[in-house]
Amino acid sequence: MGRTLAEKVWDDHVVRRAEGEPDLLFIDLHLLHEVTSPQAFDGLRQTGRQVRRLDLTIATEDHNTPTLDIDKPIADPVSRAQLETLRKNCADFGVRLHSLGDVEQGVVHVVGPQLGLTQPGTTVVCGDSHTSTHGAFGALAFGIGTSQVEHVLATQTLPLARPKTMAITIDGELPEGVTAKDLILAIIAKIGTGGGQGYILEYRGSAIEKLSMEARMTICNMSIEAGARAGMIAPDETTFAYLEGRAHAPKGEDWDAAVAYWKTLKSDDDAEFDAEVVIDAAALSPFVTWGTNPGQGAPLSANVPDPASYEDASERLAAEKALEYMGLTAGQPLRDVKVDTVFVGSCTNGRIEDLRAVAAIVEGRKVADGVRMLVVPGSARVGLQAVSEGLDKVFKEAGAEWRHAGCSMCLGMNPDQLAPGERSASTSNRNFEGRQGKGGRTHLVSPQVAAATAVLGHLASPADLSDTDARTPAGV
Amino acid sequence: MEAFTTHTGRAVPLRRSNVDTDQIIPAHWLKKVTRDGFEDGLFEAWRKDPEFVLNKAERQGATVLVAGPDFGTGSSREHAVWALQNYGFKAVISSRFADIFRGNSLKNGLLTVVLDQKVVDALQELVENDPQAEITVDLEAREVRAEGITAAFELDENARWRLLNGLDDISITLQNEDDIASYESKRPAYKPQTVQI
Repeated sequence: MGRTLAEKVWDDHVVRRAEGEPDLLFIDLHLLHEVTSPQAFDGLRQTGRQVRRLDLTIATEDHNTPTLDIDKPIADPVSRAQLETLRKNCADFGVRLHSLGDVEQGVVHVVGPQLGLTQPGTTVVCGDSHTSTHGAFGALAFGIGTSQVEHVLATQTLPLARPKTMAITIDGELPEGVTAKDLILAIIAKIGTGGGQGYILEYRGSAIEKLSMEARMTICNMSIEAGARAGMIAPDETTFAYLEGRAHAPKGEDWDAAVAYWKTLKSDDDAEFDAEVVIDAAALSPFVTWGTNPGQGAPLSANVPDPASYEDASERLAAEKALEYMGLTAGQPLRDVKVDTVFVGSCTNGRIEDLRAVAAIVEGRKVADGVRMLVVPGSARVGLQAVSEGLDKVFKEAGAEWRHAGCSMCLGMNPDQLAPGERSASTSNRNFEGRQGKGGRTHLVSPQVAAATAVLGHLASPADLSDTDARTPAGV
Repeated sequence: MEAFTTHTGRAVPLRRSNVDTDQIIPAHWLKKVTRDGFEDGLFEAWRKDPEFVLNKAERQGATVLVAGPDFGTGSSREHAVWALQNYGFKAVISSRFADIFRGNSLKNGLLTVVLDQKVVDALQELVENDPQAEITVDLEAREVRAEGITAAFELDENARWRLLNGLDDISITLQNEDDIASYESKRPAYKPQTVQI
């Protein structure tokens, strides 16, 4: 019988397999950041262990870093102490680190791919659940806890039980204006926040094959929001073209050998998945969340659901609590929901294509009165690229704030937060209670919906914008 | 890791589904660089409500959390497990846990027990009606017991063995040094390296 993509990559990394034990897997790439690593380095110190493979380990600063005044000392002493701890740990153990201010600094899941470190058929781990992002390259990539971070630092391996596999097949054409973000939000709403639990998802089908690498990363990024261990997409010419020439991509003969291997990384025709979900791309439309978990979403054209419509008691209770927290009323059109803040950024939608999409919509338009719009590039390099294309000027002229790279308002560990009761349209990945600031209310949206929402002041898609919203840019 | 064999204690019923790790321990607590001192951050936002179950006098000193389905979703923060342990919880019972949270809990000796939703409902009802009711989580027998309820639970033998003996995963793995070295020696040259170019 054939094997799935996930099974092939898994099998290629088994260091040891024994009856009654989890497989011991080799880890090709270990990404570190300041939040989930300090206790792991402490563990190494206490046991007198070293980092086994410094050449497979890299660190960046992202969760705590400010997006303003990055040349000044970090104002919050606790954030500063955590970043200083990472710097000391990396210096003491010899780990390559890209600190705030460095051109390679940025959100860990944006940095890995842009350096060319994330490659097909590799195993990638990080103490961050959105490590699933890297699965877009056909890597087996998953988030781990701090005990496992220490385990990988010390041994470059992890003992793991093999998850089941689920195919998510999306055929057809995504309609105009429907993005990867809408697609993944619709998938999560369909299978639920626990639907992927115990599985590695493989996204496949003609709609996936047409997506750019950055769009594929958006999809795989949110696999964890469906409860999955990881999400993967088989590498193809789009993947190879993205990687070729990047700093850490293989060169010369190594490139040829790598591509030959990468071409074998697809599920065999006779491979059997433990579960399959089929989605019709053509039936999708812009999608937003109304509740407090990423599975509580609906098409933008829909109304806020009535909790009484849920048959399952636990879902009904969850919907009631969510509407109360979100300050929404059952039956209210989602398009009528007014926002205070629009956040564009994060490991989900903070890459250059996301910023270009937003710029194309806000260019010549203005952010609505009373709305604050933050645009935060996913990495310093994404920021530089945006500046070289003049996107920063477009954002600023529209009235948005253009910031430095980091996780920022996705989780509000730095000063970028919602105030209690404030409502955001956010291109990030989690709408949990208080995620973007205590009492803050989050609607997850695509970059395109975020941009249109910023202009109109309520949840909206670019199709809702009329020509009168646009003002001819000066000098054009 | 502290060994877990069997534990008996009073319980806290938490009737909410999808309790995510941002609720268990909000992000601003994650700036700490230790594994302790997280108890005050546990369910911080909900604890501001005096009616929240954890604030009730009769729940003080409880050590077993009986939670709704999909407990521990979201981020990989192990701080969520530390916060529960720092507060005094020894075991969490739910019909479904998020994968990463579950893995983290078992590596720290916080036993996460999966039971059918019907049994979880029965346990919640029991401890809601009688806050003094005790629940026993017996890892040796792989069984949860409370008044009128006995339910077997599954846990893979390897994880159970490590918990029962409080074994450190890294030491176990390092016994396989030869296997690791052998794998490394055969790793293709085209695989990525982080060494600065």
